[in-house]
Amino acid sequence: MTDEASKGGTSRRALLGAGAAGVAGVAAGVAGAQFLGETKPAAAGPSIDQAVPFYGEHQAGIVTPAQDRLHFAAFDVTTKKREDVIWLLKEWTKAAARMTAGRDAGPLGATGGRGEAPPDDTGEALGLPASGLTLTIGFGPGMFAEGRFGLAGRKPAALEDIPHLPGDAIDAAISGGDICVQACAYDPQVAVHAIRNLARIGFGKVTMRWSQLGFGRTSSTSREQETPRNLMGFKDGTRNLKAEDKAVSTQLWAQPGDGQAWMAGGSYVVTRKIRMHIETWDRTSLDEQEQIMGRHKGNGAPLGQKEEFDEPDLKKEDIAVEAHIRLAHPDSHGGAMLLRRGYNYVDGSDKLGRLDAGLFFIAYQRDPRKQFVPIQRALGQKDVLNEYIKHVSSAVFACPPGVKDDKGYWGEGLFA
Amino acid sequence: MKRLTVLGLAALVAAGTGALAGCTSEDKPAAKGDGKIAIAATDTECKVAKLDLAAGTHTFAVKNAGKKVTEFYVFATGDRVVGEVENIAPGLTRDLIVELPAGTYETACKPGMIGKGIRSSLKVSGESKPLTNDAKLAAATESYQRYVKSQTAALIDKTTEFVTAVKAGDAEKAKALFPVARTYWERIEPVAEIFGDLDPAIDGREDSLEPGQEFTGFHKLEKDLWETKDISKSGPTADKLLADVKLIVEKANSEKLSPLQLANGAKELLDEVATGKITGEEDRYSHTDLWDFAANLEGSKAAIAALRPVLDEKDPVLAKTLDEQFAAAQAELDKHRKGDGWKFHNELSQADLKALSDAINALGEPVSKVAGVVVK
Repeated sequence: MTDEASKGGTSRRALLGAGAAGVAGVAAGVAGAQFLGETKPAAAGPSIDQAVPFYGEHQAGIVTPAQDRLHFAAFDVTTKKREDVIWLLKEWTKAAARMTAGRDAGPLGATGGRGEAPPDDTGEALGLPASGLTLTIGFGPGMFAEGRFGLAGRKPAALEDIPHLPGDAIDAAISGGDICVQACAYDPQVAVHAIRNLARIGFGKVTMRWSQLGFGRTSSTSREQETPRNLMGFKDGTRNLKAEDKAVSTQLWAQPGDGQAWMAGGSYVVTRKIRMHIETWDRTSLDEQEQIMGRHKGNGAPLGQKEEFDEPDLKKEDIAVEAHIRLAHPDSHGGAMLLRRGYNYVDGSDKLGRLDAGLFFIAYQRDPRKQFVPIQRALGQKDVLNEYIKHVSSAVFACPPGVKDDKGYWGEGLFA
Repeated sequence: MKRLTVLGLAALVAAGTGALAGCTSEDKPAAKGDGKIAIAATDTECKVAKLDLAAGTHTFAVKNAGKKVTEFYVFATGDRVVGEVENIAPGLTRDLIVELPAGTYETACKPGMIGKGIRSSLKVSGESKPLTNDAKLAAATESYQRYVKSQTAALIDKTTEFVTAVKAGDAEKAKALFPVARTYWERIEPVAEIFGDLDPAIDGREDSLEPGQEFTGFHKLEKDLWETKDISKSGPTADKLLADVKLIVEKANSEKLSPLQLANGAKELLDEVATGKITGEEDRYSHTDLWDFAANLEGSKAAIAALRPVLDEKDPVLAKTLDEQFAAAQAELDKHRKGDGWKFHNELSQADLKALSDAINALGEPVSKVAGVVVK
């Protein structure tokens, strides 16, 4: 892991107050998923001020302790030229390395260029620290279409379009896409700034297909983090894969033997926008809510257990046959797990005055065909929760391994 | 146009690269021997008598034997207009006098005044001195001033026809002429915007008026024609429009834009497209926004083309990108051609509009970089 990102260029902040970085040292180990068992800060992960290293074996933003805010963007590639795509990925990588280090998107910066020319950074992050920003890229199935960019032979078998699943009400306009960029940060302005500047660099090569803001994390990707709550008021994803788990090598990272060598060290991300019928959920009794979930609302413990991380006893009657916790449990899917990284969203309110709100579900995994798809198929068929939610978008992307140093670029192995 | 240039270029009048367009009173074909190069234009052909010339001043005599109004252009690399005559009515012959240094050019007739035109390549050989950068910038402003002059002449002609139709109570004819007259306006709008009080009087929209401002100009007549469907009381508005147009033309032709103003003007024209035309706000009653779109695009291209020799020198990569993106935006727009004009805005789907918006964003970014290159 190099620290090239902090070299040269303009910093948005002349000086970061060292005193503000209360958990200094934690972020450095995070990107490589190497955790120091002894250090147990109150809130793990990069602090509001710190930079997460951009370069490394894996892309940052997957096992990095989930930051609080999200801007997720999906682009369609408009250029027909392979060399344009490579040019864009190189430019994006440079800008991403700068921005994740807390610097401006371009070499001149928001105020460093000529007065007559538009600035190469849009400026709304001036004065803001790196804020734990991570930028994570993925490639959609369309990139590998026959005769498009000469990548047909490089399509991983695991990168299949997500099939129609029971109960799906998918809106194509906010689904799919050729390239995704996930921006996570502790400051929403920093995340939005990153997506905005990448979109600007991409004009003429890519066009924004859809994007989604998430205002609060609903998942923890590290055992150091407390499990947050979704908009139903429940702790979400307790039982899912975490950075420290040994299973990351079998359930999260694509391996050299998986078929496409360029994906080794990468992962597949599935996103689903899950609209919640907030108003009817809120009128549901506490007992029913807990039975639907299979967990206590207060501390998140499985019904019949005391603590959140206690193993649920699926043999007991405490947990209903259709309870979410039972249907989603790894034991119901041959041990399949997901690394969840979702966010709560509220897109204002709809025309009927209801909150347009829910969960923007993000899950990383080694093979969606064996993990997300069978899990969601079961949930879509039986989950009582379906009465209160609707899956309205769907997308899948292959996220390549990390960029090793400042000579590399996003997706280099794919285009090599 | 919020800022004035600090480059002292106004004094640099590059003598010799001017082009003059004149209308010959006698309608006879250009005879050989008078040094004129005859252009036989029809609705489908554009025959140029001589395509291999010696460097120097030449006169092209363009005779329109077709049924459509035509235009004649001489382009240098990147479709930089070296000289042009607009609005050549059927049966008419017009002269174009232009100085051509050695190089390769293209001639083009544009029957119906639309599209890329019927092109021929023109070779000019002989001695010609390379221009210095300052001289190139001076030539750029000269070149654009010629463009403004040609557009304003056509603007007065077409506005006159339009207001005449309105006053005669001929609503159908007026509706047909409305987007055509506006084309010449929209091509040079950044120049018009310099004269702050006249622009709203000519082109103001009803909802952008300040208290005390009267709703006049093109859009008032548009509303009378399409919305109110009553032009019986539109005479005074029509008269005022023509008077305002004549006034602004007089001012525009005496104004000399700096290279920086040209670059910014090119960007602002695309901003106009992005915010006003793609949304259908500009021509909300007539839905003729694509005529304005096309004119803004042409005007932007003309301003960039005037700067082309400077761009070729200082940033050839950007020049190439601009060529590609102008062509891509034009191709996207051309999908919506209908007869001699365009589809109405309300005939386009959301996907059509998204594609047009993408094309303008793709073009707007490189165009926004031109100003920084020009002052480099």
